[in-house]
Amino acid sequence: MVYLTRRAEFSAAHYYHNPELSAEENQRLFGKCNNPNGHGHNYTLEVTVRGSVDSRSGFVVDLKELKGVLHREVLDAMDHRFLNKEVPEFFSRIPTTENIAITIWQRLAPKLKQAQLHRVRLYETPDLFVDFYGEP
Amino acid sequence: MKAHLTRRYRFSASHRLHSQAMSAAENATVYGKCNNPHGHGHNYMLEVTVSGSVEQPTGMVCNLADLDGFVESQILEHFDHQNLNTLPEFQAAVPTTENLCIATYRILERGFHHARVEKVRLEETMMNSFEYAGGVEPHR
Repeated sequence: MVYLTRRAEFSAAHYYHNPELSAEENQRLFGKCNNPNGHGHNYTLEVTVRGSVDSRSGFVVDLKELKGVLHREVLDAMDHRFLNKEVPEFFSRIPTTENIAITIWQRLAPKLKQAQLHRVRLYETPDLFVDFYGEP
Repeated sequence: MKAHLTRRYRFSASHRLHSQAMSAAENATVYGKCNNPHGHGHNYMLEVTVSGSVEQPTGMVCNLADLDGFVESQILEHFDHQNLNTLPEFQAAVPTTENLCIATYRILERGFHHARVEKVRLEETMMNSFEYAGGVEPHR
């Protein structure tokens, strides 16, 4: 088994708000992140796939295909967007780094043909990142 | 769904590597420059990984303010700008980064209950790092 990781960057705005909680509770839980006008981050995404090396091509995965899926499913949808307002998953799900990583996994997994998705790592800042392995 | 969250912190501390179990000559051989009796220091980079379910009202593994608050008050406050050799946990143990990594994990394991503590990773310099994820007794 060989693992391949592709890195990409996108920038997006978001804010944290749970409509089931009161305004005060939202403010207490989320602090500055609760500002409804949003704030933004430069996200760094690392997508790791795994598979056996194809004996003809010497590749785990055709990187062109992986890049294409990554662009269509993630970057086109999220780069320079307000996640709460423009990405359907976040109409009902708070766009925390955890939920963005899970959403990226759910968008990528069904589209990858050759290689199997192993990990989605998403950095919100250089000092904070989330790993999702598709665990229930 | 279960996710892993990792947060990076920094602190600076001094130490001297010297084992009571060895002779002066042996200490000098084993630890080299790190055995200098006056000590020396590092800028440590600490990575704390916790895990848990994201299906919570916050959509988070744990609230970052809880993790930051715990690490700042219980770990950074304790180690930052200290001489590690003077601290209680290094009276009997040599303050190698291995032992510092284990000591840090123990503090989290004992006191942080907002998410499962998965792993501590500690960089002593950009060239070396250490990880401890609990489990098997780390000392032989």
